[in-house]
Amino acid sequence: MEKLFTNVFFTTSLHLSRTLRNRASTFKDSLRNVSCFDFRWKSFTTCVESSNNSWQPGPCLSFSEDERLLKDSVRKIAQSCIAPKVRKMDEGGDMDAELFKELFGNGWMGLEVPIEYDGSGLSFTQACIVIEEIAQVDPSTAAAVDVQNTLVNNTLLKWASLKQKEKYLPLLCKDTVGSFCLSEASSGSDAFALKCRAIEKEDHFLLEGSKLWITNSMEAGLFVVFANCAPEKGYKGITAFIVHRDSPGLDIAKKEDKLGIRASSTCELQFQGVKVPKEDVLGPIGSGYKIAIESLNEGRIGIAAQMTGLAQGAMNIIFPYLHERKQFGKRIGDFQGLQFQYAEAFVELEAARTLLYNAARMKDAGFSIKKEAAMAKYFSAQVAERIASKSIDWAGGMGFVKEFGLEKYYRDSKIGHIYEGTDNMQLQTIAKEMQREYGFQVQ
Amino acid sequence: MKVLVTVKRVVDYAVKVRVKPDGSGVDLSNVKMSMNPFCEIAVEEAVRLKESKVASEVIVASVGPSQSSEQIRTALAMGADRGIHVEVEQELPPSVVSRALKFIVLKEKPSLVILGKQAIDDDCNQTGQMLAQILDWPQGTFVSKVKVEGEKVQVTREVDRGLETLELRLPAIITCDLRLNEPRYATLPNIMKAKKKPVEKLGLKDLNCDPLHGIQTLSVFEPHKRQGGNKVESVAELIDKLRNEAKVI
Repeated sequence: MEKLFTNVFFTTSLHLSRTLRNRASTFKDSLRNVSCFDFRWKSFTTCVESSNNSWQPGPCLSFSEDERLLKDSVRKIAQSCIAPKVRKMDEGGDMDAELFKELFGNGWMGLEVPIEYDGSGLSFTQACIVIEEIAQVDPSTAAAVDVQNTLVNNTLLKWASLKQKEKYLPLLCKDTVGSFCLSEASSGSDAFALKCRAIEKEDHFLLEGSKLWITNSMEAGLFVVFANCAPEKGYKGITAFIVHRDSPGLDIAKKEDKLGIRASSTCELQFQGVKVPKEDVLGPIGSGYKIAIESLNEGRIGIAAQMTGLAQGAMNIIFPYLHERKQFGKRIGDFQGLQFQYAEAFVELEAARTLLYNAARMKDAGFSIKKEAAMAKYFSAQVAERIASKSIDWAGGMGFVKEFGLEKYYRDSKIGHIYEGTDNMQLQTIAKEMQREYGFQVQ
Repeated sequence: MKVLVTVKRVVDYAVKVRVKPDGSGVDLSNVKMSMNPFCEIAVEEAVRLKESKVASEVIVASVGPSQSSEQIRTALAMGADRGIHVEVEQELPPSVVSRALKFIVLKEKPSLVILGKQAIDDDCNQTGQMLAQILDWPQGTFVSKVKVEGEKVQVTREVDRGLETLELRLPAIITCDLRLNEPRYATLPNIMKAKKKPVEKLGLKDLNCDPLHGIQTLSVFEPHKRQGGNKVESVAELIDKLRNEAKVI
């Protein structure tokens, strides 16, 4: 376990020392950061304890035969069914209707749902493998699959009553897209200052308010909506509700025209007296904050999978090109200057992937992954943008044209810094976790 | 009716292989391997026979290294019921493979054995034919259409002359060609279900099969690089080039 920690910390400290050049301008300086951390070792090893004592350590990036078969099969299907539609979907800003049928048909919309509810019964790590593979071909489709699985399905799996599970999970696995509705116009990072109200009546709640930036909303049939039924209690009144698309009073309003992940729909939702029967309250009343925080903590790892896949997808396009394009009588991939650049890119990609699968495996093993998830998401978003940007540089003119397919990854990478917790929110989470781990009081 | 279908683990069709520097073979380290495309078509046909209730059970067999279990798993995920894996470490020619398959056939007693017409790594196109010979069963090779009717199977073969339709008495051997069907993708729920399907592991000794064969690979080399053509000025020059350069007359 300690070894794992060194790797994670070292990567982060190396990265930090690169960006804060005045503070640690030499490799020795960055080493110094690591060594004065050594005698704090003791406070570290006690903090991370698994609730699952049968877990055995192994390399983060080794996959079982099952997982390799899974990776291969998703790759094949993504290449043949999704790849041909990507450009059209991006230009039109629309998900192909047939594509959703494929996603459901392949079992990709119910990845972690147990088989008895018609799901695919995979582990979280396996779900991340699927999302990473899809993102290599199309980050927009990966976003849709990710929200469905890590936000909507997992929230229901954790908090829904048996009746709700029996009613909704099979639908979500078969043909119903789900949406996670937390953000509003005046509450993004400050998510729990949300204004959407739920007025309690005898046997139902009435939802009033609006939501903004909701992924999958154009196609969704089910919405997990967070609203406050007791604003005087502050965030302790926030409750999660399951809302059907055809509920009277629910309006799917303006669809955003975006820079990246254009095929994934992002809409505004209006709730005007939307009736939600009490049996559709998800989890205990007033526990919406806890539900949202826990879902998002895990959902972050899914985004890390999407971003890592994006970076890999960009490399998949540019790396063969570097060996086809010749200038000055030589393949451009053989010029040392370029070799140094793409070697660095591969190191970052490997580090992002390690953080991702480390966090995923830890979650599967029952560890608490608040810090690891934030680190994985933060780092992979950074790496995705850097790699997407650099790969366009290496491709020259071809990188700049839509036909080549590379510029889309650059545009798609920006969202990684923003959704499911902005970069600054991740850094703040990491900082507070580190303070906690070292035993300092968290303000 | 039981159907036996065979699969082979080969280099993926999209890989650009390189010859090893010592010419002893092709460099297979770190190369992506998959199921032979014609074997995929064979498995698809077998699964379709099961879905149309013609076949009661589909058994998939593979003679190959331990990693061939991945190909068996893929076939199980496509719809086969159980697998038989004959583990061999060395590359075996069709003469030995067909002998191993004969023992499996005698043990399982299928009514139909479906194979891919050839493997894309050695392009031998022999296993199906040899198996039919040693079992003394009728064979339909290069089939693009299969129709089972009671105790007989009607196959349409793609041959150089065109299409030939044959009627074979069961039990029979069929080898599949490209246009027979479009293999399905294994969906996630099926991949997970495939984990529970039984796979029997056997060695050549269990089959009383002698791996001795009379073929030795002497060398492997790349085909000569294609050279550009030339324009000739006169018929005399053409004949001269044909005689002395191309050496065809």
